[in-house]
Amino acid sequence: MEAADAASLAVHTQDLAKRYGKTVALSGLTMSVRRSEVFGFLGPNGAGKTTAVKLLVGLALPTAGQGWVLGAPIGDLATRRHLGYLPELFRYQGWMKAREVLGLHCELSGMARSDWKKEIELALDLVGLAERADDKVEGFSKGMQQRLGLGVALLGRPELVLLDEPTSALDPVGRHDVREIIRQLKARGTAVFLNSHLLSEVEQVCDRLAVVDHGRVIATGTMGQILGQDGAVRVRVTGLTPATRLGLQGYGSLEDEGEWLTFRGLAPERVPELVGDIVRQGGRVYAVEPRHETLEDRFLQLLKEQGD
Amino acid sequence: MRVLTIARLTILEASRRKLLIALGVLTLAVVVLTSWGFSRLPTMKDVTPAEVRLASSQLTILVAFMFSGVLALGSTLVAAPSIASDIESGIALAILPRPIRRSELLMGKWLGLALLVALYAALSGLLEMVGIWLGTGYLPPNPVAALAFVAAEGIVLMTLALLLSTRLAPMTGGVVALVLFFVAWIGGIALAIGLAFANDTITSIGIGSRLLIPTDGLWHGAIYYLEPSEILAAARAAGRARAGNPFFADAPLPFAYLAWVVAWLLAVLGLANWSFARRGL
Repeated sequence: MEAADAASLAVHTQDLAKRYGKTVALSGLTMSVRRSEVFGFLGPNGAGKTTAVKLLVGLALPTAGQGWVLGAPIGDLATRRHLGYLPELFRYQGWMKAREVLGLHCELSGMARSDWKKEIELALDLVGLAERADDKVEGFSKGMQQRLGLGVALLGRPELVLLDEPTSALDPVGRHDVREIIRQLKARGTAVFLNSHLLSEVEQVCDRLAVVDHGRVIATGTMGQILGQDGAVRVRVTGLTPATRLGLQGYGSLEDEGEWLTFRGLAPERVPELVGDIVRQGGRVYAVEPRHETLEDRFLQLLKEQGD
Repeated sequence: MRVLTIARLTILEASRRKLLIALGVLTLAVVVLTSWGFSRLPTMKDVTPAEVRLASSQLTILVAFMFSGVLALGSTLVAAPSIASDIESGIALAILPRPIRRSELLMGKWLGLALLVALYAALSGLLEMVGIWLGTGYLPPNPVAALAFVAAEGIVLMTLALLLSTRLAPMTGGVVALVLFFVAWIGGIALAIGLAFANDTITSIGIGSRLLIPTDGLWHGAIYYLEPSEILAAARAAGRARAGNPFFADAPLPFAYLAWVVAWLLAVLGLANWSFARRGL
């Protein structure tokens, strides 16, 4: 993809790689994030997720490959004005008040001074820190620091927000709040790059996602594409001979667990046909259950396939 | 201008962390105590005005040495963690994705620390000089030039610590900078001995240390402007006997050396920027 094409995307990388000495942190990341979408970035510990985010925001230099953020080469100074970033492991100056931290980031981002007050109040309200605005950060819990970090990332209505494990220190209420904030960002046209190992969180808010392992993308697409649109069906049946059971393999990949048969890759419209066939062959059907594969199931399966 | 933003932040941090108030109170206590001590000199039994002037000049150099030591150690302790601890704690991760160059962050910190060093040298030095003058009526020949050299010594060591801070852990950078500071001090003594006894090897070692770490050279620049003419004449007459005295300078620093110090500062700052720019975070 040419740079001109990358301009229409929030993020585009081509064989992006990062090596720390002999350690390969990222071995050729190719992916695209569209503008205005919530993009989930999944992977096990050490897969290279945080390294990828650091490359995108210019904190680290790639050893190979190319990348564009909002149409500009990664690290571009002017483009960073339009980025919001919540690092995974970070700290703000403990001696500063929350309001001062936000003010500092308004100043560093080059925002017009006349907008600071409005932006700071907006961010404080959004992350639920309005009452602690004049407290020093050193007195904040980890969760409150994460809320503040989220507030900093949202200053100035960025076009792309990169969130690296944004809810790792938050309680269930905080996690719910973050999901709501992400939905609000999407509604106003902001692209969100969500790096998280909380699969349920990704499942709830992301339009598309990529799964990375050992520094490269092993699956990417919409949630439906990743989970497999055909899904699976479980049927509780008795009265079938072993030969008949084998004959049902034409409906999909069959898992035989005694009374329960699981058919993977079976299109929903073929389920009545399957049930009819079973009945015709003398089977007695007690239950037919669509089996919804969770993102966690699929995630583990993808990693296992990689391992094999 | 983001350099100024970071410089202001650096000074604000020193203030909020009570560094300025602690230094201010301690310095005031030292000035009051030493001024009282100086004021006792003229009241001693059978002392002549010339003897008061002689004693005052030597004690002034010793007090200046104490303040230069405080500046050198203080600026090292503040500069050595400045970049390193920001990286370790994750503060750098939060700031650097903003549209700010790493060089702007580093130069902002340098500017803030340099201003603090210069401000401390100027205020503490002027207060002390006033105290000495009130107590004895003595003033060194050129206190402003002397204080400028003391401030420059602190800025040189702070710059070195800042360079180390881009790569080394805070405590390692601090220890390395202080070891180099004291090695340079001993190198200065070696230079004086080498010159007095015309030993080329020792002289070369001394010159080398003075070029590599210019702190002791600048300290001798400060001493020269604290020495009244009669002290200079008496010391010169003493010949080799003055060799190795770290509290004596028989000539102002040559212009070439001052130019070298400026080039050294620019080179070390350039190296610090280069090093920080290539550091993975």
